[in-house]
Amino acid sequence: MEERYIRNLGALSEAECALLREKTVLVAGCGGLGGYLIEMLLRLGVGEIRAADGDRFEASNLNRQLLSAPALLGRSKAEAAAERAAAVNPDVRFVAVPEYVTEANAKELVRGCDAALDALDNIASRRILAQACSDAGVPMVHGAICGWSAQAAIVLPGDGMMDRIYPGGAALKSKASLSFTPPFCAALQTALCVRLLTGREVEAGKLYVADLLDMELDSLFLG
Amino acid sequence: MIEVRFFATLREGRGKIAEIGAEEASTAGELIRRFDIPAEEVSILLINGFHSKPEDPVKDGDVISLFPPVGGG
Repeated sequence: MEERYIRNLGALSEAECALLREKTVLVAGCGGLGGYLIEMLLRLGVGEIRAADGDRFEASNLNRQLLSAPALLGRSKAEAAAERAAAVNPDVRFVAVPEYVTEANAKELVRGCDAALDALDNIASRRILAQACSDAGVPMVHGAICGWSAQAAIVLPGDGMMDRIYPGGAALKSKASLSFTPPFCAALQTALCVRLLTGREVEAGKLYVADLLDMELDSLFLG
Repeated sequence: MIEVRFFATLREGRGKIAEIGAEEASTAGELIRRFDIPAEEVSILLINGFHSKPEDPVKDGDVISLFPPVGGG
């Protein structure tokens, strides 16, 4: 085993580490959640990361988005992610897709992936990604943040979980987000993703909801 | 009485827990309206821990949990 992965051992078996090196993961969105998800996946040592985002950095991203920096304002988020990947772990194949997730490209984005991580910032795009994952038989790890709140869940093909998390008519009220909420949510998502990718037991139908203001973590069964 | 537990931003101005007389609402949706919460601001509704819909009935002794949509990234 390469020395850079030695500290994974104990928490993961050598076989699980080797398994991760064979996996391809889509990260849909390279903003608040996506930046941290990419960082965690790079350091874990997955085989390939496909990262999609059509957005460019602006100053309002700087309070929370790991990949953002004043010198990068106006730059593509997906391309900044590729540069970070090359710097942190060049052994991970990295495919940057500087496009938003749409009905036109979702099928191609999830093709051949072992898991898709939801780092999107709106409900409509999440529905598109969830449908593409369901059609392709790809498990998805949902994550979302707002202010002090974070939530994560495994969405399995055809289980309808996304419609239970966001019933028709649900509307986002606030765009607030703090520096510590995205990494917390990304950590929940990455842990769930590693469980999926290594074949460990996962509990479908559960939404993990964290309130970092009141220090509460709830597990809601929506099955 | 029906116990109503608010989560995340729904706590703003309401606190964590409220109680309402069972005669005040016959469904979860009515109960949500009693607290002046727009329907689109509740994405997950639990009755006694079970995932439920606004049209589901509520009764004396129930515990209702309300979660707002969280959707940023």
